[in-house]
Amino acid sequence: MSEKVPCAILGSGNIGTDLMYKLQRSQTLEPTAVIGIDPNSDGLRRAEAAGLETSAEGVDWIVANPDKCRFVFEATSAGAHRANAPKIAAAGLQSIDLTPAKLGPGVVPAVNIEEHWEAADVNMITCGGQATIPMVAAVSEVTPVPYAEIVATIASLSAGPGTRESIDAFTRTTAKGLEEIGGAERGKAIIILNPADPPLIMRDTVFCAISPEADRDAIRASIERMRERVATYVPGYRLRGEPQFEEDRVAIFIEVEGAADYLPAYAGNLDIMTAAAVAVGEELAKLRSREQVPA
Amino acid sequence: MSQGPKVTLVDSTLRDGSHAKRHQISVEQVVAVSSALDAAGVDVIEVSHGDGLGGASFNYGFALTDEFELIEAAVGAVERAQIAVLLLPGIGVKEDLNRARELGASVVRIATHSTEADIAPSHIALARELGFKTAGFLMMAHMNTPEGLLEQAKIMEEAGAEIVYVTDSAGALTPDAVAARVAALRGGLDAGTEVGIHCHENLSLAIANSLVAVENGARWVDGCTCGLGAGAGNAPTEVLTAVFEKLGIEVNADTFAMLDVADDVVRPIMDRPQLVDRASLILGYAGVYSSFLLHAERAAERFHVSTKDILVEVGKRKAVGGQEDLIIDIAAELAAAQPAPAGA
Repeated sequence: MSEKVPCAILGSGNIGTDLMYKLQRSQTLEPTAVIGIDPNSDGLRRAEAAGLETSAEGVDWIVANPDKCRFVFEATSAGAHRANAPKIAAAGLQSIDLTPAKLGPGVVPAVNIEEHWEAADVNMITCGGQATIPMVAAVSEVTPVPYAEIVATIASLSAGPGTRESIDAFTRTTAKGLEEIGGAERGKAIIILNPADPPLIMRDTVFCAISPEADRDAIRASIERMRERVATYVPGYRLRGEPQFEEDRVAIFIEVEGAADYLPAYAGNLDIMTAAAVAVGEELAKLRSREQVPA
Repeated sequence: MSQGPKVTLVDSTLRDGSHAKRHQISVEQVVAVSSALDAAGVDVIEVSHGDGLGGASFNYGFALTDEFELIEAAVGAVERAQIAVLLLPGIGVKEDLNRARELGASVVRIATHSTEADIAPSHIALARELGFKTAGFLMMAHMNTPEGLLEQAKIMEEAGAEIVYVTDSAGALTPDAVAARVAALRGGLDAGTEVGIHCHENLSLAIANSLVAVENGARWVDGCTCGLGAGAGNAPTEVLTAVFEKLGIEVNADTFAMLDVADDVVRPIMDRPQLVDRASLILGYAGVYSSFLLHAERAAERFHVSTKDILVEVGKRKAVGGQEDLIIDIAAELAAAQPAPAGA
């Protein structure tokens, strides 16, 4: 692809601003505009300084300028995205939704993006889902996983009001992702907020129920391949120690350190969302250009 | 007759005791314990997985019996007592509350870490809507200052909590620290909001701390019969009853009846005595969540490291309730750092 694909970011808060810095490094995507609703926001000021178009008109700007972007990264709130999504679709643009609105299919770049290249709206699930679903998928590629369970521990400071108000949405959405995308028959998700100071780096533990006869070497190798694949788009994605096998389960310990583009390094939970969203945009751009070669 | 305050006694043998029983509690045991506690006059009996509704998991331990079956059995076994459940947002979900209410539970404790009350308002609001008597449960209360704890308690109160607990999950509070926290809540919350106290025995202070709490205005007091609970256990309900009676603090439970429940019903189902030993004392000393004890013992055995070393390290990392997954991680690290045993 010779030309970068233009993208707009809707939402000029922490997530939108972090996303802008990541998109500026993309070889495939070109951030053209950051659109907010507060003309005095730090995010809009930073976007202007970076030479991007800015507006405080919200989704109306997108509707009025559909030629300026092909993807819209939705970094607002679930409520806002529910209102914005039909307008974005009507303008012929594709949404990559970082909110918990769950309008479109959930996507994890390392696992299932190819299935959804045509969707008008794809959803980034949850931070815990982005960190753990790949590992469940890695295990279930090798052996059946009747049950997968994850525990996500994040620094209190990195859990915004949206997460706090609807913590059930996190556990439900993540558990569903473990099943539908990770391939577990049944999934369960637990989230813990830890207020330690200095703040701790995001940690995730993945437990997969497996048969005692499962091929442990093959599982180890699959986990390692998946770690590499995720680390290509989330550089701070690491395993803590070796996977721990017990009779009928394997436990995988993950740590996600953020790239500290705009958000602090401990906020791996936010970093993995923005980094994965960029990877989704890049993949979609490639898949679409392959499928939509002009005759 | 007594002239002291009247206290609501909550027995959590069938919830906090779930930790000490590795969540292996049967319907028969629930029926026996809850009917005996009811007959002895205990006001509220809590029944849930140790980590609250939805706690059955790899991380916390799967349960022998589905907790909703246990709740239903307890509701059917009592005549006067109310059945309570525990829910930790982030582990259990709102559907669990609906289901517990349908089965007849009528008191709920919504629990968060002592600095994270703002994950609970929607659960507290739903609990009130469903008609639960609703308590906010501020766990690991030693990890927040009295003033900080009051701010968190106000969040719960505003969301609808009728009682807010100072929950000493690590058994780490000394009497002066309990007094300061209970007094802060009592002084800062509305007069109509009750204050509760939940103590662990890790520093052998559970009864003393419960008394100090009552002196400072707490009116909901938690115990577990025979102390059966996480870590070194909880304030033994039968001891609370006896001490309260001697001090003229009014409780509905009868001391002699409680002694029979303790020795005849609960002690026979205990897997081991509740001891303040090296490991459980460390919980209180280092400020570690009491239910980590058995998980740390298991990990210590598996990785050939000491339980004490694991718990000290957990304390250093400022783990909060629910982070049981950290224990295997730390045990593996400690094992990797020590020389391989001969012949290995």
